[in-house]
Amino acid sequence: MATIYIDNVPYEVKDGENLLQACLSVGKNLTYFCWHPALHSVGACRQCAVIRYRDENDTRGRIVMACMEPVADQARISIDAPEAKKFRAQNIESLMINHPHDCPVCDEGGECHLQDMTVMSGHNYRRYRFKKRTHLNQYLGPFLHHEMNRCIQCYRCVRFYNDYAEGKDFGVFAAHDDVYFGRYEPGVLENEFSGNLVEVCPTGVFTDKTLRKRYTRKWDLTNAPSICHQCGLGCNIIASERYGSLRRILNRYNGDVNGYFICDRGRFGYEYVNSQRRIQHALKQEPAGQWQGLKKDTAIREIRNRIRAAKRVIGIGSPRASLESNFLLRELAGAEHFYAGVSEKESRLIKEVLHILRHSGVRTPSLKETETYDAIFVIGEDVTNTAPRLALSLRQAAKNQPKEKAKALKIADWNDAAIREVIQGQKGPLFIAAPYATRLDDAALATHQAHPDEIARLAFAVAHHVDAAAADAELPEKAKAFARQVADALVAAKKPLIVAGTSLYSPSLIHAAANVAMALKKAGKEAGLTYTVPEVNSMGLMMMTDQYLEQAFEQVYSGQADMVIVVENDLYRRLPADQVDEFFRKAGTVVVLDSIAHRTGEHAHFVLPAGTFAESSGTVVNNEGRAQRFFQVYQPRNDIQSTWKWLQAFVEKEQLAAANLDDVIQQLTMAYPELEGVREAAPGAQFRVGTQKIPREPHRYSGRTAMLAHINVSEPKPPEDPDSPLSFTMEGYVGTPPAPLTPFFWSPGWNSVQAVNRYQQEVGGMLRGGNPGRRLIEANGSSLQYFTDIPAAFHPDNFHWNIVPAYHIFGSDELSALSEPLQERIPALYLALSPADAQALQLQPGQQAELNVSGQTLRLPVVIRPDLPGGYVLVPKGWEATAGWLFPVQSSLKPMQV
Amino acid sequence: MDTQTQRILTDDMIAEIRDMYQHFPVKKAACIEALKLIQKHHRWVSDQAVQELAEVLDMSPDEIDSVATFYNLIFRKPVGRHVILICDSVSCWIMGYEKIADYLKQKLGIQFGETTPDGRFTLIPICCLGTCDRAPAMFIDEDLHRDLTVEQIDAILERYP
Ligand code: SF4
Ligand code: SF4
Ligand code: FES
Ligand code: FES
Repeated sequence: MATIYIDNVPYEVKDGENLLQACLSVGKNLTYFCWHPALHSVGACRQCAVIRYRDENDTRGRIVMACMEPVADQARISIDAPEAKKFRAQNIESLMINHPHDCPVCDEGGECHLQDMTVMSGHNYRRYRFKKRTHLNQYLGPFLHHEMNRCIQCYRCVRFYNDYAEGKDFGVFAAHDDVYFGRYEPGVLENEFSGNLVEVCPTGVFTDKTLRKRYTRKWDLTNAPSICHQCGLGCNIIASERYGSLRRILNRYNGDVNGYFICDRGRFGYEYVNSQRRIQHALKQEPAGQWQGLKKDTAIREIRNRIRAAKRVIGIGSPRASLESNFLLRELAGAEHFYAGVSEKESRLIKEVLHILRHSGVRTPSLKETETYDAIFVIGEDVTNTAPRLALSLRQAAKNQPKEKAKALKIADWNDAAIREVIQGQKGPLFIAAPYATRLDDAALATHQAHPDEIARLAFAVAHHVDAAAADAELPEKAKAFARQVADALVAAKKPLIVAGTSLYSPSLIHAAANVAMALKKAGKEAGLTYTVPEVNSMGLMMMTDQYLEQAFEQVYSGQADMVIVVENDLYRRLPADQVDEFFRKAGTVVVLDSIAHRTGEHAHFVLPAGTFAESSGTVVNNEGRAQRFFQVYQPRNDIQSTWKWLQAFVEKEQLAAANLDDVIQQLTMAYPELEGVREAAPGAQFRVGTQKIPREPHRYSGRTAMLAHINVSEPKPPEDPDSPLSFTMEGYVGTPPAPLTPFFWSPGWNSVQAVNRYQQEVGGMLRGGNPGRRLIEANGSSLQYFTDIPAAFHPDNFHWNIVPAYHIFGSDELSALSEPLQERIPALYLALSPADAQALQLQPGQQAELNVSGQTLRLPVVIRPDLPGGYVLVPKGWEATAGWLFPVQSSLKPMQV
Repeated sequence: MDTQTQRILTDDMIAEIRDMYQHFPVKKAACIEALKLIQKHHRWVSDQAVQELAEVLDMSPDEIDSVATFYNLIFRKPVGRHVILICDSVSCWIMGYEKIADYLKQKLGIQFGETTPDGRFTLIPICCLGTCDRAPAMFIDEDLHRDLTVEQIDAILERYP
């Protein structure tokens, strides 16, 4: 710690920071543009000027940029000195010379950092009376709107897009007063993290196109702290609603998880919530093919009767449903008749991951910690497409070793431009072995493409290199050299990280990754091990049951069960269609609770409208084993409600039937002691600040008395939320609520997202009171032996082609794929193969190839990928036609007969 | 007109560019030199040239264009056979460059940034040429002309057919 004097008042601040960060951390208002807590300092905008004095006798001092000055003990600065104030006001005036006077029609207006800083600087009268320089805007794809005239040349966008996310199709063009930020030519911004520009840009240059379609000012939105449901990482988000539709997703800072950034799937993939395919009311299908709407009470009564009459009811849960919803289903069906709604293959994989997390003794880092590792080996995962946000963290970690050079030169961590100058794009030890070239390969020192079995063998060999006691596998020459290179680099590192996952459906690959991590730990390394999992609550679900879908089917086939309740699950995405068809033919009464109409719902006798994350509250467990609470955003005006609330109507247990969320969690943790931490994921419904609830709406929320006036002139009573300390209105505590309950970031003078500064213990650090979420699993001891299940070497088979799944950030996830803005980005289903295989099969690009997978014929256009080594082909995972395939599948393959 | 099939970077030019980056740890380092080379052959750098160069240097067109548009002597629009760069910085201003510039504009019938309809001259202002002691000054192509007076201009221009 150091003591610095700001306007003669002493403050304790952290060493090693810059003065801007220090000033903001102690709660000072100091204007800035180019500095960003994750992108650090370049001193480009000159907006953070302060006066720095040599010592207490120095009365003149000199103007310095606070973001470029290190904290030093006894440093004396002034923010309030008239010269400093004048400098900042004049600087902003000149930055804004070309800025249009269009706040009223700007999407950023009301939550604009430029507005905030302008007011803060005291520059409140615009004197420039001449013609302004104007630009043409570009089409940037379905996510972002471009309005270049508003640019103040802070360079944050390029520093995020090109330097931080390492995107290539964006840049800064021209010079002097004509600088332009955009693409070489209009077109879709390709980087998977492009949406962060909405929050990174301090002005209205990049704004959210999805919000623009149904535009609402920040102060008119109803918000809730939520968790992204679009992959297994569980990034923290703010979800916002008005007039019954979800309007946007923003990043919700969590210092342990996503920090300041989320991926585009999470940000723009929410519109399924507003989709035409939403189920709005209870439905009954009897006789088959004839649907009728049911009143809520009638539906409950009828289903209750069926349950009473049934011989045995089984429950099929889901990795995309909350712990609470799965738990209520378990209570309804009984533990022994509750099944994870995933295939045996997938359930075993995740069980294995859990087993390793619990017993390997190797730490699984949070996303934030991931950025502290200095060598990485990715085994089999196409991270950018299976767990997108992780890829962004890995990119940062890959820069750690090159950064050492800058450290040796005593360049501070925050001195971004200087660090870049030193490392000159040098790559750190990131290695990727995957079945195809991935979107992260450009950051890697070396990559290797091979069949999943060969990748597992390679990883086993790497472990053996690190510790000869681990099982070894024979490798082809090229792989051998790669394995040695990887092993040497991991051993040379201080903190090596191993990344693998379930995406290739290979248990031996998961084991091989554990071997590498355990061997490194044994070698005295501070090793880390990260597994990605398929869905938002894959981990939570498998912490609740060992039973899987095929066993549920068995219950029906054996005639023991005659009623099935399926929760938030389309079984056609879990097992091949013929098996699911067969199951439904015999299943007896079928009740489906889900938010979206799908093939499984078509077989139901009763369908109940379940809430998505936006209409429900609950808890999910991410890949790291972190339990995180998400809260309902708004009360829909139909019968939609949380799955667990629907199920309450059918459980016998009194403690559950009328319980609120806390009571459900209480029962849940009694049944599963390992889930105890779920209780601490967020304060309970009784929590108050003083006597006040936390409002979901900002205090400036408007239109409340008018918005329903066309239905009834007297304002209806606002809905109540028995499940959380959040209110559905603007009344309540105005101030900083506990971090897990923060529905939006706002602070006096700070209307933009950068108000988050005021919610952190120190800027860019932990949220006040601790980051939300509780880790449920810690690596204790190490009771695991090395795994030995080395798969046999892969041999191509020209009659039974191995089909390996390819992943797409836009398309592979079930629900986000239904969102309109994403659909433009989803590629058509294809079959990819190596040039040599294509030639051997006489397949041309674009030609239709015929596949035959478990009796089903599929014709797909051919794509030739030079990165494929051959012997296997790729087909995207998660498209309707391929969602139920149990990868790795085999198929015959031939050109389509004309 | 089919511009796609006609490549701007000839094999010789590519070989020359390869030669340039051989001396650097990264290919990118040859970017400016390569742009100058393209300009030497084609007088300006077209979109197509940017794309072709991007492939040769393993850069994105965006990265190339960031560099190309930053430097005022890399031309991203067609220029005439001869480019007149007339200094408009302080010494030349004191010494009356404006008269020269006005004369040029009037004689050629173009404004700054424009090219004569016959494609012969492009007129561009430029900052200090480092020859303040002999102001006003201008460059035409690679030749420096100093101590300019309006009277000399016709004769100077004659030399650039
Ligand atoms: S576009 Fe936005 S982020 Fe980029 S330089 Fe301009 S103001 Fe800054
Ligand atoms: S990385 Fe996953 S959890 Fe995070 S925003 Fe993207 S889809 Fe959502
Ligand atoms: S924030 Fe310090 S110079 Fe831009
Ligand atoms: S000002 Fe014209 S040459 Fe220096």
